[in-house]
Amino acid sequence: MRTDDPWYDALASGWGDHDAPPPAAEPAVAVAVPRPRPFAEPCPQRGESDPSGEALPGAGDRGSAAESGEAPGGPCPGAHDARTEVYLAVQRSEPFQRVRRRYRRFVLPVSAAFLTWYLAYVVAATAAPGLMARPVAGVFNVAMAAGLAQFASTFLLTWAYVRHARLRRDELALELRWETQDLARTRAAAVAPGGSAASARPGYLREAREGV
Amino acid sequence: MTGSHQTLTLLLFGAVIAVTLAITTWASRRRRGSPEEFYAGGRLFSPMENGFAIAGDYMSAASFLGISGLIALYGYDGMLYAVGFLVAWLVVLLLVAELVRNCGRFTLADVVTARLRERPVRIASGISCVTVCVLYLVAQMVGAGSLVALLLGGTSGAARSWTVIGVGALMVVYVSCGGMRATTWIQIVKAVLLLGGALTLTVLVLMRFGGDIAALLSGAAEHSGHGRDFLAPGLRYGGGWTHRLDFVSLGLALVLGTAGLPHILSRFYTVPTARAARRSVVWSIVLIGAFYLMTIVLGFGAAALLGSGTVRGSDPAGNTAVPLLSLELGGGAGSTGGPVLFALMAAVAFATILAVVAGITLASSASVAHDLYASLSRRGKGGKGRRRGEVGVARIAAAGVGVVAIGLGLLAQHLNVAFLVGLAFAVAAAANLPVLLYALFWRRFNTRGAIWSVYGGLVPAVALVVFSPVVSGAPGALFPGFDFAVFPLENPGLVAIPLGFLCGWLGTVTSREAPDAAGHAVTEVRSLTGAGAV
Repeated sequence: MRTDDPWYDALASGWGDHDAPPPAAEPAVAVAVPRPRPFAEPCPQRGESDPSGEALPGAGDRGSAAESGEAPGGPCPGAHDARTEVYLAVQRSEPFQRVRRRYRRFVLPVSAAFLTWYLAYVVAATAAPGLMARPVAGVFNVAMAAGLAQFASTFLLTWAYVRHARLRRDELALELRWETQDLARTRAAAVAPGGSAASARPGYLREAREGV
Repeated sequence: MTGSHQTLTLLLFGAVIAVTLAITTWASRRRRGSPEEFYAGGRLFSPMENGFAIAGDYMSAASFLGISGLIALYGYDGMLYAVGFLVAWLVVLLLVAELVRNCGRFTLADVVTARLRERPVRIASGISCVTVCVLYLVAQMVGAGSLVALLLGGTSGAARSWTVIGVGALMVVYVSCGGMRATTWIQIVKAVLLLGGALTLTVLVLMRFGGDIAALLSGAAEHSGHGRDFLAPGLRYGGGWTHRLDFVSLGLALVLGTAGLPHILSRFYTVPTARAARRSVVWSIVLIGAFYLMTIVLGFGAAALLGSGTVRGSDPAGNTAVPLLSLELGGGAGSTGGPVLFALMAAVAFATILAVVAGITLASSASVAHDLYASLSRRGKGGKGRRRGEVGVARIAAAGVGVVAIGLGLLAQHLNVAFLVGLAFAVAAAANLPVLLYALFWRRFNTRGAIWSVYGGLVPAVALVVFSPVVSGAPGALFPGFDFAVFPLENPGLVAIPLGFLCGWLGTVTSREAPDAAGHAVTEVRSLTGAGAV
């Protein structure tokens, strides 16, 4: 995995920012995917460029996009292996690990905190009504203050989460999305020449990044 | 209640029905009949539209009339509900909304089966989603029947029965003719109406007290007959330890159940990206939070201006607190303003019921057609023909769900079914949330874990209610003549939710199935980046 890509240092520039210099054209997620054995017959793929969203013939009713893991030995083993390899490689890559780390490090402690705070509030209201009835100011008592604090903390955490996601995750995740889809498409095309949607578009990444 | 009251209220009800049917007609033009269109409205809604629709889906008549009624009768204890209903949205925002949008397609089962063996998991998940929907629907239908009877001033059985049948028929028409597009627009219109109505009343209440919240609260305490105790917890959930534990159980179900409600989950698929799903949840949190704050003001306002005794005299459950308050704020029963405001609020409550039942019906028809029928029918796998057939099945399923809901609603119309909403939330939290979180976050999770998790939450939740005081043994139970109540709590959440998580873990670690690293990689990468999302 390469981690010294200059693209990831330029996170602060907004995605789709037309004044930003065009980023490096090669994928930041350098994946070493072993070439799977070519599959005997051409195998139609549906990427996101194929809007029909058709399930692969014989694949049953997959309730997910084309990349969902078919059982090996499914209709299109070569392409499937290639796609899965791409996802495994992306999962191991440093940029993805960074996105996941940032997400979990924010979400798990915050979830634990607000659930504990809510349960403490409910338990206090049911088990210690005497404490909750103590006046704070005028007619306002501890219970009123705690209830309004629950509202306030909900709004505050919503704001904090959105801000964290926007500044720390969105751009990296979007970048990974394009690269993953692009890689999946090219690998699948390499395995199944003559597939319907199996034409990797050169410059696709650059087009997407520049918002064309 | 006077004749002019009823005429005006009925006219406004007719207007609500006309508007919703017009929306349905408009939305079903240029219909192509694809599953994307029927289940997800073509995924073309903006975050703001979807945020309003989520709020419209979530804010039921029980919230608008029920919570303010509880506050009018019991003071602070009603507020506990509002807090639970709002905090639940943090779970949705942080752990569910974006990941579900990235991984799934139409239903909850799509997310789970993206990495697990298809059929058994899909069937289990479909069963639990349909169960949640039917429980919630029956509660809404029975509530609608008694509510309309109350608002029209009669409590005759015929009015109730016809209301249940009418609401059921309307929701089937909305869903099977208009699909997600019509349902969403009905919810948006309803959310605007409901927020507008609540805001109007709140402003009027605050004007009565010159904007002084302290005066409002002390007035409420004074006229409640409880004094200062009215502003502290314990009037409703004081008493014995079972009562108190019961509320903790309900609170847990409320806060964890929202993220597992099928009709809420299906709303995330109506926007194009995960970022749009996140922004729609933010909209809905703002709207729902503002709404519950207003509900609290209205509840205390009803206690202060009418007195708890008056509210209880009109309806022992307090559901008429807001309509009575609007009558009072408009200038009393003898004025012109009072009846007009009353009729407007009744129409808002009616629109609220219609929008909520439509959303639930759509979600359950998606579960039946997309999860159960697609897994159980063995013919015609893949190909366009079958997929178009799926929408046809979903339309029929909507009608089937409607018939079941009408039937159960008629059977249960004289029973006390208020516990059903809490039960729906408990089942959603015990059967849907664990499997969803495990599938998204746990590397080792496998098929057996998923199946055990769903059934291990669903079966105990339902069984515990059957053996609880709401079904037998107590004077207000469904079968007061029998007594097989061995479980003391009315809400099973406290036991069933941990069981759901525990069974999921147990099933996973005892299974010999090797963890599917590839499936997990696909799910994880897709959930956090949106690669390959539909």
